[in-house]
Amino acid sequence: MSFQCEHLSKSFALRGGFVQALEDITFRVGEREFVSIVGPSGCGKSTLLKLIAGLLRPSAGSVVLTAASDDERPASALVFQEHGLFPWMTVLENVAFGLEARGVGRAERHERAMAFIASVGLAPFAHAFPHQLSVGMRQRVGIGRAFVTDPRLLLLDEPLGSLDAQTRFLLQEELLKLWTRSRSAVVYVTHDIEEAVLLGDRVLVLTGRPGRIQGEITVPLGRPRKLEYAVDERVSAIKWQIWGMLEEEARRSLALASREPLPAEEGAVP
Amino acid sequence: MSAPPDRRRLGAGVWPAVFVVAVLLALWELWARAAASASILFPAPSVVGAVILRQGRNGELFRTTGATLLRLASGFVLGGVPALLLGLAMGFSPRVRAAVDPLVAAAHAIPKIAVLPILMILLGLGEAPKIAVVAAAAFFPLLISTMAGVRQISPLHFEVAHAYGASAPRVFWRVLVPGSLPQILSGVRLAFNAALLITVALEIVAARNGLGATIWLAWQTMRVEELYASLAVTSLLGVGFNGVLALVGRRLVPWHATPEI
Repeated sequence: MSFQCEHLSKSFALRGGFVQALEDITFRVGEREFVSIVGPSGCGKSTLLKLIAGLLRPSAGSVVLTAASDDERPASALVFQEHGLFPWMTVLENVAFGLEARGVGRAERHERAMAFIASVGLAPFAHAFPHQLSVGMRQRVGIGRAFVTDPRLLLLDEPLGSLDAQTRFLLQEELLKLWTRSRSAVVYVTHDIEEAVLLGDRVLVLTGRPGRIQGEITVPLGRPRKLEYAVDERVSAIKWQIWGMLEEEARRSLALASREPLPAEEGAVP
Repeated sequence: MSAPPDRRRLGAGVWPAVFVVAVLLALWELWARAAASASILFPAPSVVGAVILRQGRNGELFRTTGATLLRLASGFVLGGVPALLLGLAMGFSPRVRAAVDPLVAAAHAIPKIAVLPILMILLGLGEAPKIAVVAAAAFFPLLISTMAGVRQISPLHFEVAHAYGASAPRVFWRVLVPGSLPQILSGVRLAFNAALLITVALEIVAARNGLGATIWLAWQTMRVEELYASLAVTSLLGVGFNGVLALVGRRLVPWHATPEI
């Protein structure tokens, strides 16, 4: 499998004009690779994932995903930010939904979903509804819904953004374990520089308005990743390097934000 | 896992209400017995209860209530099913909504009973015009609730279904219907109450049987306790249906921490 974005651009019509969300994005993701994309809020990260998932059409450029012709796995699966679960479905039904949508029979999809649910310790909650779960549990269910479809490319949109630091730490570790056992390549979007470095094989740094790839950093850490890497000197050095790429823009948008509201927050883009 | 607290809440909800009703009936009873003049217009609950029991024994109660329920149920189904379908369509499609909404607003404002004479000319003097009026009364509350129910579903849920490649029928059954079900159920409740009101009202005006007709006949012949008996039965129909609907709601909408109906 290989996946490639070529000169991808996206603009939206807004208030009679156009807003350029992404400009000339080119990168590739190799077999079973974990690529992090880090950038400030509003830089078009979510838009990029939606383009890759096929939920939006690019204004220019293309998304190419090649695979063996006998590969029946779905091309991609998207893990949404919080509130992506269906409140009217149980944990089991939510996790199985991706399979259900692909027409997998009831018995098989429940079996595969239950296997995932058990593997992340949620078995006692299989028949609970999302409102009965903690935020961390809900996000694991959302991640599970994508994982069980066994996609070639797994797309995650700040999946741990709403969690407290401790839970986030544990779920990062769990996510890496799940990915190690799976066959999927990952594109992981986050605004957290450290998270991007700790999880990814490579980090793409995106700057905003319009979103462009500012730089690409290969992370020299081995696998499996351990929590101790958080205090590793190499990680600190890379974090500092990435901050160098983002600092100027962060300061500019802060100054801008104090004067006028930005035209479109990332979430508000249709 | 939420069943036990729900059951406790149901019990806690019912008994205070039973207590309040019992106290009010007891006070009414005492007052009606103490003041003879009051009992002409406000007969004691025991007297009204005796009338209901007598009507129950001679079968009149069931004939009367049955006639009303038949009109109510026919009208409810006849108006409710199209309301549900059109409400889903209007909620889902801005185009359908834009086309139909002004018409709905205009037709909703017309007192349904006012068109009864026209319908009687069109449909004859039998049951058809009455059922049509009940259907119209049930139609609008359910239509508006269903439309609102669909519209409050988060666009994110449609996006998720789309992202996983769900087919249109699957989006309908797994997102659209369950997502709007809480509001649909409260719409069913509103529609039932509207239909019950209009059924009794039109029976007063234009029917020879049913609770409304009995109420009117009792009033004209000054048999006040029979009037109250029919009012009490009408009221019990409302209580009974709303109770059943609350139970059904708990079953159909178990994901709602606090059911809206």
